[in-house]
Amino acid sequence: MRFAEQFLFAAQSLRAARVRTLLILLAVAIGTAGVVLLVWLGESGRRYVADQFAALGTNLVIVLPGRTETKGGAPPLLGETARDLTLDDALALQRSDAVRRVAPIVAGSITVTRGNRAREATVLGSTADLLPVRRFELAAGTFLPRGDPRRAGAECVLGRTLQRELFAGAGALGEWVRLGDRRFRVTGILASTGRSLGTDLDEAVVIPVAAAQALFDTEGLFRVLIEATDRGAVPRACRDVERILRQRREGELDVTVITQEAVLATFDGILRTLTFAIAGIAAISLVVAGILIMNVMVIAVAQRRTEVGLLKALGAAPDSIRSLFLWEALLLAVVGAGAGITIAEATSRIAAAFVPALGAGTPGWAAVAAFATALAIGIAFGTAPAARAARLDPVLALARR
Amino acid sequence: MIELQGVQRVFRVGDQEVHALRDVDLSIARGEYLSLMGPSGSGKSTLLHVLGLLDRPTAGRYRLLGRDVGELDDRALARTRRQCIGFVFQSFHLVPRLTTAQNVALPLLLAEVPRAERQQRVREALAAFGLGHRADHRPDELSGGQRQRAAIARATISRPQLLLADEPTGNLDRSAGQEIVRELERLHDDGLTLVVVTHDPDLGRRAHRRLRMDDGRIVADVREAGAGDAVR
Repeated sequence: MRFAEQFLFAAQSLRAARVRTLLILLAVAIGTAGVVLLVWLGESGRRYVADQFAALGTNLVIVLPGRTETKGGAPPLLGETARDLTLDDALALQRSDAVRRVAPIVAGSITVTRGNRAREATVLGSTADLLPVRRFELAAGTFLPRGDPRRAGAECVLGRTLQRELFAGAGALGEWVRLGDRRFRVTGILASTGRSLGTDLDEAVVIPVAAAQALFDTEGLFRVLIEATDRGAVPRACRDVERILRQRREGELDVTVITQEAVLATFDGILRTLTFAIAGIAAISLVVAGILIMNVMVIAVAQRRTEVGLLKALGAAPDSIRSLFLWEALLLAVVGAGAGITIAEATSRIAAAFVPALGAGTPGWAAVAAFATALAIGIAFGTAPAARAARLDPVLALARR
Repeated sequence: MIELQGVQRVFRVGDQEVHALRDVDLSIARGEYLSLMGPSGSGKSTLLHVLGLLDRPTAGRYRLLGRDVGELDDRALARTRRQCIGFVFQSFHLVPRLTTAQNVALPLLLAEVPRAERQQRVREALAAFGLGHRADHRPDELSGGQRQRAAIARATISRPQLLLADEPTGNLDRSAGQEIVRELERLHDDGLTLVVVTHDPDLGRRAHRRLRMDDGRIVADVREAGAGDAVR
């Protein structure tokens, strides 16, 4: 029997059992759509995180005090950090021609008061370069003034929420607030950017780095943010940073230099693994659909015993019978998977219209993978019933009842 | 054309052996018209199945058209059935979801006859059996006689040499039955070898050669000019 004829014959018998066929198609479609949609969600999440990192600048190099290394023995306990990372260290880094800007950061938490209102806030002590390095935006006023970073100026820039809560809608620019025992004048308001890598900027206050050092009575920096001149200069910037700091600390490098890209790659890897895991779970529903296909095929073979017997009597070889039933399973899988992929694509587009961060369009590889899985499952679960049909004894199948 | 020597067919039912055929020797020449009668369980259906290659003898030799059937594999058996043998069943066995034309076309489909030729031959066959106007109807829209005629059209469309009919009139009323008998005999007149299993003595008497079976053995083998000639 020719392939085309087998195909038509199988299609016709599926059409004859309309309700059953539609139900199976639905099961396969839901399974496939589930896989594709979950992969799409995972991918969208990954892309969202990647975009967040990109927004911070892909040519960012971060220097942390202390060295994290894999060493034998007990993990380092408190006080392992030999030396603080100082403001002078940070400023020395500007000597490298691969470095465009350096923003030292002292971080802490303190109560900000204005009149009888008080709010707990995150303090970021830094320089004017923090604005471009972290790509912050101002809603009003000006950022920290340029000038000698060692000067403990009394300017401060408030986060959006902090400003609203302290000033209750009244103008804040030029007003004074108190941080601990020091007074600062509000020169600017940060635009609302939401959370950025764990820090809610809306509830932060930015002050000059030297002022923060005095406020928290510390020489040590929380970290130093460095913007390389361009993306390609990042490795050179890293090398320069390590060289300069090594020179400044008698040859010992007790800081950790990480790049934005390394962090991004780590997150990327984690999220990708997560996406695969979710897709794997969704694939279970495809297997369930496969079992349904097998179920239906077994029933179909039982119901069509006489037809199989007849075909054998008419001279169909066992191979032909097997192919006929395999075609049916395959058709169910292919049409179901096609429908599922279409549903997933449409759903993603509709959802993306409402939540642009999701990104329209399901990943092509997910559709291909889901389709291939559905196909494999159709063959895998169609084989046993088809073989059963091929083995059927025509005499018994045609016996009068 | 057909030669059986010492053919046995033993079924196992539980731990009992049932001898459906015991030492059957039979030879059938090309163009014979043969009836096979006997009580239920006498082995006549089993013999028909063996003749039609649907069942294999447990022992003995079966030569069909000069070839030893025992040496053929499943594929070759299927091909022989397709090319040389037509079946007609008591309960017609038309595929309910297919139209009359599609049912009749099935053997050609299996034989990979090209579509155009297939359609042509199906049209001719339907016309020959008076079913031209029923081509696109499904079996449940046909009368019993029409169904059996469709089944005969299907059994003969690949021009077999041997036509095996198992109680072909068993499910039909008298006039439809007679009509079917006429169709079968017309095919025999055209040179087809015809073997009819029946309970109906009137039908059995029409054959030129009458076999009677009992308990798996052929107990009578009578040749005479059948009534089939007299009627026409």
